[in-house]
Amino acid sequence: MLAKRIIPCLDVDKGRVVKGVNFVNLVDAGDPVEQASKYEEQEADELVFLDITASHETRHIMTDIVRRTAESIFIPFTVGGGINDLDTVREMLNAGADKVSMNTAAVNNPDLINESSERFGSQCIVVAIDAKREGDSWTVYTHGGRTRIERDAVQWAVECEQRGAGEILLTSMDRDGTKIGYDNELNRAIGERVKIPVIASGGAGELEHLYDGIARGLADAVLVASLFHYGIYTIRETKEYLASRGVTVRM
Amino acid sequence: MIALIDYEMGNLGSVSKALEKAGFDVRITDNPQTLRDAAGIVLPGVGAFVAAIENLRKRGLDTVILDEIARGKPFLGICLGLQMLFESGDEGAGAQGLGLFKGKTIRFSHGLKVPHMGWNQLNFKNRGPLGADIPEGAFFYFVHSYHVAPEDESIVMCTTNYGYDFVSAITRDNVTATQFHPEKSQKWGHKLLANFHRQVTKD
Repeated sequence: MLAKRIIPCLDVDKGRVVKGVNFVNLVDAGDPVEQASKYEEQEADELVFLDITASHETRHIMTDIVRRTAESIFIPFTVGGGINDLDTVREMLNAGADKVSMNTAAVNNPDLINESSERFGSQCIVVAIDAKREGDSWTVYTHGGRTRIERDAVQWAVECEQRGAGEILLTSMDRDGTKIGYDNELNRAIGERVKIPVIASGGAGELEHLYDGIARGLADAVLVASLFHYGIYTIRETKEYLASRGVTVRM
Repeated sequence: MIALIDYEMGNLGSVSKALEKAGFDVRITDNPQTLRDAAGIVLPGVGAFVAAIENLRKRGLDTVILDEIARGKPFLGICLGLQMLFESGDEGAGAQGLGLFKGKTIRFSHGLKVPHMGWNQLNFKNRGPLGADIPEGAFFYFVHSYHVAPEDESIVMCTTNYGYDFVSAITRDNVTATQFHPEKSQKWGHKLLANFHRQVTKD
């Protein structure tokens, strides 16, 4: 059986892992490569690095982190933040990332999804969608949730798949940082419409939320930040819990 | 020294690092002579079947690979490096593979999500030299939309269930090839590559 994936997400700011709720009160939490190794030891299934302050000036720092990570860990990892053209995609993949995740750039220039998936393969192109509920539907946001885009999130996910995305990283802006659980109606709405894997993100505060994301939200994978960073649960405990609820996990 | 074939089908960094960790002196190369000189050959690859075969042919590597396999040199194919050993891919007419094995490559079309992406389990039929000491049901990392369908069932090393049981690795004599990525499969991936090291060094 294909296992549901547990994916820790590391927010990186100028080469350091940072922790914070809704990006405030950022606390330095160490070297990204060391953190990555720690999660690999705990049998994380994949890792995501999110460059939260990505800019042209700091990109080389991320490239260096990607290169060092690729040399030391043997599970797949994704890099997001500031992936805005083919050259950056190539740079990250050449440095050793297995996948790149694009968000604002994909919205502003959807052809980038086609071009990058044709060039490098769908399997390494993840489109991250930040969605906020408006009545019965969800609207796409960019720039870390600051900019509202006149676009339906479900429609956008379908378009991303048609353009060649290999995976959707779906974040609920309403739930992000709240620890009250994923927006499983959102996850399900998109999961039922696309044939590519969906990673649920935003809102996990209890192990039960991860189960709900998979069982109710139909997520193929769950992205987890604070639950692991603060040592509330280990990945092992998380997997044991999910296995006890009948979810197939890698142990 | 083992030859890790570089033919512009994906980044070789993680494969190279994983092979080094298994004890190999790795040479990343597209030089036919280096393949002939090597103690073993690794053919990785992610991407499109047709482009991959073309990239091998234009470097003259297709015949060298088959010659060296025929001479008994240990060979490990990964992902496309498995698929290309067969007669054809179904990504389009004229996608001829290396034809070492009878059978073709087919796309998952059962309604489940494609690519088949993530960690899935091996059910062994014949461990061969590289499956030694890897437990039944061990998880390996997969990312692919096509899988091989060999005519000769005796070459099947293991199967994996994704909607149905598909062949996830083959083994015959000096040749082993996997649909999964040992270089991304942590401890059991390391074990498989360590077994390959033992095969190459006849240790």
